[in-house]
Amino acid sequence: MTDAAELRRRTAELLAAEPPADTDPADFLKARFDAGLAWVHYPEGLGGLGAPRSLQAVVDAELAAAGAPDNDPRRIGIGLGMAAPTILRYGTEEQKQRFLRPLWVGEEVWCQLFSEPGAGSDLAALGTRAVRQDDGDWVVNGQKVWTSSAHVARWAILIARTDPDVPKHAGITYFLCDMTDPGVEVRPLRQITGEAEFNEVFLTDVRIPDSRRLGDIGDGWRVAQTTLNNERVAIGGMRLPREGGMIGPVSKTWRERPELRTHDLHQRLLKLWVEAEAARLTGERLRQQLAVGQPGYEGSGMKLAFARLNQEISGLEVELLGAEGLLYDDWTMRRPELVDFTGREAGYRYLRSKGNSIEGGTSEVLLNIVAERVLGLPSEPRTDKDVAWKDLAR
Amino acid sequence: MSAQPDLLYSEEEEALRAAVRDLLADHGDAARVIARTESDAPHDLAAWKALSDGMGLAGLLVPEALGGQGAGHREAAVVLEELGRAVAPVPYLTSAVVATEALLAVGDEELLGRLASGRTIGATAVGLHTAPGAAVRTVHVEGGLLRGELPGIADAAVADVLLVPADDGGLYAVDTAAVTVTPQVSLDLTRPLATVTFADAPGRRLGDAEPALRRALRAGAGLLASEQLGLADWALNETVRYLKERKQFNRPVGGFQAIKHRLAQLWLEVVNLRAVARGAADALTRGEDADIAVAVAQAYAAGVAVHAAEEALQLHAGIGMTWEHPVHLYLKRAKADSIAYGSAGAHRAALAELVDLRAP
Repeated sequence: MTDAAELRRRTAELLAAEPPADTDPADFLKARFDAGLAWVHYPEGLGGLGAPRSLQAVVDAELAAAGAPDNDPRRIGIGLGMAAPTILRYGTEEQKQRFLRPLWVGEEVWCQLFSEPGAGSDLAALGTRAVRQDDGDWVVNGQKVWTSSAHVARWAILIARTDPDVPKHAGITYFLCDMTDPGVEVRPLRQITGEAEFNEVFLTDVRIPDSRRLGDIGDGWRVAQTTLNNERVAIGGMRLPREGGMIGPVSKTWRERPELRTHDLHQRLLKLWVEAEAARLTGERLRQQLAVGQPGYEGSGMKLAFARLNQEISGLEVELLGAEGLLYDDWTMRRPELVDFTGREAGYRYLRSKGNSIEGGTSEVLLNIVAERVLGLPSEPRTDKDVAWKDLAR
Repeated sequence: MSAQPDLLYSEEEEALRAAVRDLLADHGDAARVIARTESDAPHDLAAWKALSDGMGLAGLLVPEALGGQGAGHREAAVVLEELGRAVAPVPYLTSAVVATEALLAVGDEELLGRLASGRTIGATAVGLHTAPGAAVRTVHVEGGLLRGELPGIADAAVADVLLVPADDGGLYAVDTAAVTVTPQVSLDLTRPLATVTFADAPGRRLGDAEPALRRALRAGAGLLASEQLGLADWALNETVRYLKERKQFNRPVGGFQAIKHRLAQLWLEVVNLRAVARGAADALTRGEDADIAVAVAQAYAAGVAVHAAEEALQLHAGIGMTWEHPVHLYLKRAKADSIAYGSAGAHRAALAELVDLRAP
C-alpha cells in the first residue's frame, strides 16, 4: 500500500532528478507522469501508483511548494475529467498507453462529441452514423454541437449510432476521434454573451480505425455513463473558500459601494449569501465523503444548487449596479480557450450563468436523476424503450 | 480563515444515533405522542429518564469531572437530529443544551452535576423566541426575592430549576416549587410553553446574565439546526415512502414528474441543511467561527424545515390534514422552530454585521 510517506519520498526523488527551476516544464510533467505522481489513484505505468485518490493532495502540495509546473488542468479539463476516466475503464492496453500520457501532460487537448441538434437531454436518440467498412474501419457522418475546445482539440470522445435497427440505447458505439481528419469541420457557435466558447462540429466521411473504438460495439451508452458521471462530479466538485464563487464579486461591490445599497437588495443579498455558504459547505461535505470512500449523489445536487445560485446572484449583481448595470463590457465575437464563469463584468456573469442549468445535464434532467436514483421514485413512463431507433418520432 | 470544519459523522456518532433511535422507537410511536399532547402531561418523562439516566445523554456537554460525559456539541447535535425525527416531547434542547450552557458560563458546578444526571431538569426563563444577544425580559429582584412574570418559557412545566434574568443584570437559580407555572396553549404541541409567575420567589445569584444567555442561546440556536434537520429528513423520507405506495390514475403518485421534481428539490435543501447543521455543531465544538456558523445554520434551517413539513402535508393531501396523521406535529414544531432562538431574519441581520454586508 502506497502511503503518504512513500508519496513524499517519491515526490522528493522526482524533484531531485528534475529540479523544476532547471527543467523544461513539459519534460518535468512527463517525468512526473512516469514517476506515477500524475494521478496517484491510476495504475502503475499509467501515471499513477494505485494509491488512494485522497493522497493526491499530498503530492500536489509538495510539488506546489517546490515551484513545480502544473499541467494547467483548466485548459485540459475535458481530457482529465471525462476522456481519461473513460479510457482508463474501457480502453485497451494499447489505447491507455497511447492516450493517457499526452492527455495528462497537456500535449493533446480533448473535446467531447456527444450532443447533437436533435439529441440534447435525450442524448441516446443521437443520429450521427458510424458505418463499418469492409476493411474494419468506421466511416462517420453527422453533426455535433456545444463542443467546447473543439477548435484546439487534437482528439475527441465521440458517440455515434452503429445500429439503427435496435432500440436507441443499444445501437450506440463509443469512439476516439482524430480531430485532424479532413472530414472534421469545426465552426464557432456564438452565444448570448457575444463570444463563442462552443462549436458546431460537422463530420463528413470521417474515417476511424476500429482500434480507436472504446468498448464493445453497441455498448457505447454504458461507456458514456462513465464520462457523464465524471462530468457532473467535475462541474459540482470544485473546492471553494467562503465567498469563493459567484457571491464573491457582488459581496465586494456591496462593501465598496455603499451608495448602491437598498433595503430590498440587502435582504436578497443576505439570503443568497447564506445559500451560497450552504452550497459551499455541501460541496465540502461531498469532498470529505469522497475522501473516505462514501461517494454520494450529492454531485448532481451540487450542480443544481450552483446553477440556480449563479443565476440569482449574478442577476442581483446587475441590479445592484443600477445605471452601470445597463452597460455591457464587450460584445466582440471571440473564441476563448478557457471559460471563467466569474470572469469579466456582472452582465457577462449574468448571461453566461444562464448556461449553468443547461450544460452538463439540464436542471430538469438532474432533478429526475435525483428523484429516481436517490429517492427511488418511479421512472418516467417510456414510449421509446422497445422501439428501433429508426422508428422513433423525430 | 479557520480550518475546514469536519462535516461528516464519526462511527461513534453513528452508533449514538442508532442507540437514540432505538430508544425512541421503544418509547412509542406518533399515535402515543399525539395522545400525550392531549393529556395533562404532554412531555414524555419516561423517554427523558431513559435518555438521561439510562444513556447519560443529558450530560454530553458537561465535563466528566462535574458528572457529565465530556463529549461535545457534535454528539448533542446527533441526539437532537433523532429527537427531531421523532418530534420527541423531551426537554433535551432546553435543559441539556441551553440551560447547561448557561450554567457552564457561570460555572455553577453543583447545578451542572444535577442537570448532567438528568434527574434535575433546568429551563432558562427566557422567551423561546429570543435570539442570541437580543434583549430579554427580566423580573424585579430585591433582597434576593424575585417578582414578576415571564411568558413563553419552553418546557417550564417539567423544569425543576429555572435560570432567571433579573433587573440587576444577574442570572438567578429559582426552584420551580417557589413559582407558579401556567401552561400556555402553544402552537407546538410537543414543546409547550408556559408563563412563569414570581411572587417574591427566593433566587440564588449565579452570575451575570448577559454573557451566560448569549452563550446559551447561541448553542441553542446552533444545535436547533440539527433538530430541524431531523424534522426535515423525516418529512422527506416519510413523504417519499408514502408516495411510492399511494396510487392514483393507476400509477404511484410519486411517479409524476411534477411531484418528483418537488421532492428532488426538497432533498437538495435537506442535503444543504445537513452541511450547515454539521458546520454549526462542529464550530461550536471547536469554539472557532461559531458566531458565523450558527448564524448561517439558523438563517438557512428554518426555511428548509418548514418547507419540508409543508410539502409533506400537501403531498399527503387529505390524510395530511387529519389530526390522526403525525405530519401536523412536524409542521407545528417546524414552524415554532422557525421562531425559536431567533428567526432566520434575525440571524441574517446578525450575519450582516459578522461578515460585513451592512444595511443601507
